[in-house]
Amino acid sequence: MSGLVTGIAAADAGQRCLIISAGQSALHFFSGSFELYGCEGNPLEAIAGVGKEHPYSKLGVERIQRLAEEVPAFFGKMNISLVGNPTRNHYRITPLGVLKPAWLTMDEYARVEDVSQMPWKRVAICDIEGFLDFQPDFLASGCAERGVESTVIPISLPELERLRNNPTEMRATNIAKELTGDTLHRLAQKINQASGDVDAVLMPTVVGLLDAAAVEELKKQVDKPLHFVATMPPSVPGIRTQITLRKRFQELGGVYMLGDTVQSGTIVDGRLQSIRTANHGEVEFEADNFVLATGSFFSHGIVASSERVYEPILGLDIDASDERSEWYKRNLFEAQPYMTFGVATDSDFRVSHKGQTLSNVYAVGAVLSGCNPIKEGCGAGVAILTSLHVAQKITRK
Amino acid sequence: MNNEQHTNKQSFEQCVKCTICTVYCPVAAANPDYPGPKQAGPDLERYRLKNPRFYDDTLDLCLNCKRCEVACPSNVKIGDIILSARLKYSAKRPKLREYILANTDVMGSMATTFAPLVNASLKLPAVKNIMDRTLAIDHHRTMPTYSSQRFEAWFKQHAQAKQENFDRSVSYFHGCYVNYNHPKQGKDLVKILNAIGYGVHLLDKEKCCGVALISNKMEAQARRQAKVNINSIRRSVAAGRPVLTTSSTCTFTMRDEYPHVLGVDNADVREQIVLATKFIFEAVDAGRVKLAFREDYRKRIAYHTPCHMEKLGWSIYSTSLLRMIPGVEFMMLDSLCCGIAGTYGFKRENYPYSQKIGEPLFRQIKSLGVDLVATDCETCKWQIEMSTGVTVENPISILADALDVEQTMKLNK
Ligand SMILES: Cc1cc2nc3c(=O)[nH]c(=O)nc-3n(C[C@H](O)[C@H](O)[C@H](O)COP(=O)(O)OP(=O)(O)OC[C@H]3O[C@@H](n4cnc5c(N)ncnc54)[C@H](O)[C@@H]3O)c2cc1C
Ligand code: SF4
Ligand code: SF4
Repeated sequence: MSGLVTGIAAADAGQRCLIISAGQSALHFFSGSFELYGCEGNPLEAIAGVGKEHPYSKLGVERIQRLAEEVPAFFGKMNISLVGNPTRNHYRITPLGVLKPAWLTMDEYARVEDVSQMPWKRVAICDIEGFLDFQPDFLASGCAERGVESTVIPISLPELERLRNNPTEMRATNIAKELTGDTLHRLAQKINQASGDVDAVLMPTVVGLLDAAAVEELKKQVDKPLHFVATMPPSVPGIRTQITLRKRFQELGGVYMLGDTVQSGTIVDGRLQSIRTANHGEVEFEADNFVLATGSFFSHGIVASSERVYEPILGLDIDASDERSEWYKRNLFEAQPYMTFGVATDSDFRVSHKGQTLSNVYAVGAVLSGCNPIKEGCGAGVAILTSLHVAQKITRK
Repeated sequence: MNNEQHTNKQSFEQCVKCTICTVYCPVAAANPDYPGPKQAGPDLERYRLKNPRFYDDTLDLCLNCKRCEVACPSNVKIGDIILSARLKYSAKRPKLREYILANTDVMGSMATTFAPLVNASLKLPAVKNIMDRTLAIDHHRTMPTYSSQRFEAWFKQHAQAKQENFDRSVSYFHGCYVNYNHPKQGKDLVKILNAIGYGVHLLDKEKCCGVALISNKMEAQARRQAKVNINSIRRSVAAGRPVLTTSSTCTFTMRDEYPHVLGVDNADVREQIVLATKFIFEAVDAGRVKLAFREDYRKRIAYHTPCHMEKLGWSIYSTSLLRMIPGVEFMMLDSLCCGIAGTYGFKRENYPYSQKIGEPLFRQIKSLGVDLVATDCETCKWQIEMSTGVTVENPISILADALDVEQTMKLNK
């Protein structure tokens, strides 16, 4: 996601951009919400207290607020409508029915502004038979704990029965492929017949894979207000977002090369001159500026061997402990030190190689050191805001 | 690299079960009977290694498009795993239909000899129905037409002699399609390369790249042909001639399927097997050659990315060349499978799925009102022409049509 956000922002400002991506990104696990900082109340206040190695400290609270306020419009241009406010967290509902703080949530998702005051008294929860990545019972008990009554309405459609031939393939994405046109219409009818007297219908995100048309259509056809709740991955809205971002980038003239891996680069006099990729062999890609948006351990942006942690493309300087014993904490639920490992950057997010800052290479998103996205709930915030910041920096250079 | 190591032992254990591959599999989208890449590939491979009885014939539904591999964030060679499992475990042996469809060169040499006759009869409804009933080759298909003069014969008669006049030279792997069905594409390449100052030679010995043999499980024959080709390519490279192609599928097969699926080592020459558009683009980009275009050339052109081109990651070269032509109004189609996948879509049991897979692409093409669709794969060409009625050309042919040959020759003197 960081790569695409940087690319779109830069291309929109007139830069010629090329993105090389080894595979799909963490957006395929998207919960429907972006987190700025996972806390009660005002995330900016919490951010003011983070350590100086944190990417947020390099941005500064003022700039974070300014950039954060640009984000809904940035996504709005692609018809991705996000609701929320950087000075006050709201809550999203997890697939297990738990409320979690969030900064921006996609409009189609269920959202709770205030934990003490749930927006509904009675809801109907759709249960797609055979679909195991969404557990209506958990959601129902989560609702009950907060005083919301719920009824679970089982839904089966012949189109979906066919998918059940292969239980492991009864996944959100495959269901979404079926739920269009007439099938969608019959789904709406079933919901309307069974939902009864409720304030809202809650439905797993199994609609609208390639574009949001099916989501809009279903909302129109269901009589009661319809809100979506995240499923376990893969995330249908996440994939749709990925496709939409890629499309937008290409419409702005950007070139997107998927399925290729950057393997090495040539550094001359403190500048990265060119890079090489697996598919293009000896061809050297040159550019005025390079942005490293390769993510963390999960996407191989940084790699751990038995004795060290390293950045695999250029061997950039890393902020990590040399002592393996310091990588983990025994208690799995404590903040894990290795989560904060990443490439070292200066105050402008420029990376360094053997102690020397590279004047034209920036790092953004999860590859950065100094934050713990899981513990702090700051993954998307760091990804989006550092990307926008670096794109603006390059454009003004 | 040994095929066993590459596909089975190493890569399937990298799978993190994210199911991203299944999202992008065109077959899983169209046919609920197909288990999808995650299950057919890494999931079941674990069981197959324990007991080959876990092999499942639905794996034959895989198109070998490799779109799953392009999408996988963990670099699992899903398509290779599935294809290797098919070759290794499938009890179904190729039948007459598979021999006919897979031996594109044998069929080609017979057909070119009787071209007008064969072309006419392949169009007859009666013949199509017989093929459908006896061979299960779907009668809806428009069969490829055959040329009466093979490319090789034309080259020897009309072009070979003057190729010695150039200081720089390349070899051309023309493939079955150019040789038997569409020699013009090969002639177009010779025209361009000669204009920019390169002589063109054929390989000592060229066999069909074997892509259809592999997908129809005729592995031994495919391996024999692969060895002949790689040996010829070695001799060409030793003589200082890189080997150019005009088909993304032949290119991909010789570069990647040879070592990964057939276990034929090509590491010493792999980088020298390149698509002609890549070769020409790089030469232009580096300033080694210049192109001049006709002023009266005007066309609205949309580019379709063949699956193997997506896997190679090379569409940027073909599209950059097309964008260089001043009279071209260029459009990029969404990168989607057209559904034919070589011989796959010719089989009766696959035909409806083949068309269903291609439907979104056909719809987009029909909506754009273009003069031509450009693409680097011959089977995509058949499929798109049959399903949309829009003419499809290889970028090399478009370039050749738009080129101002005299002016280009002057620029490259
Ligand atoms: C499983 C998971 C779920 C998450 N869910 C949420 C959520 O719901 N909400 C939220 O706010 N945050 C979430 N986060 C956190 C946050 O969204 C991510 O940290 C953020 O998306 C990071 O984006 P990124 O672009 O920096 O990295 P990534 O999304 O990891 O992308 C890195 C990209 O770089 C590519 N790449 C890596 N190496 C190379 C190379 N050598 N050559 C070419 N390409 C390469 C990868 O293929 C990948 O596409 C989640 C994170 C994870 C890991
Ligand atoms: S995309 Fe790759 S890692 Fe994910 S399930 Fe498929 S094979 Fe496994
Ligand atoms: S190679 Fe293509 S058809 Fe086969 S599993 Fe992968 S995506 Fe599906």
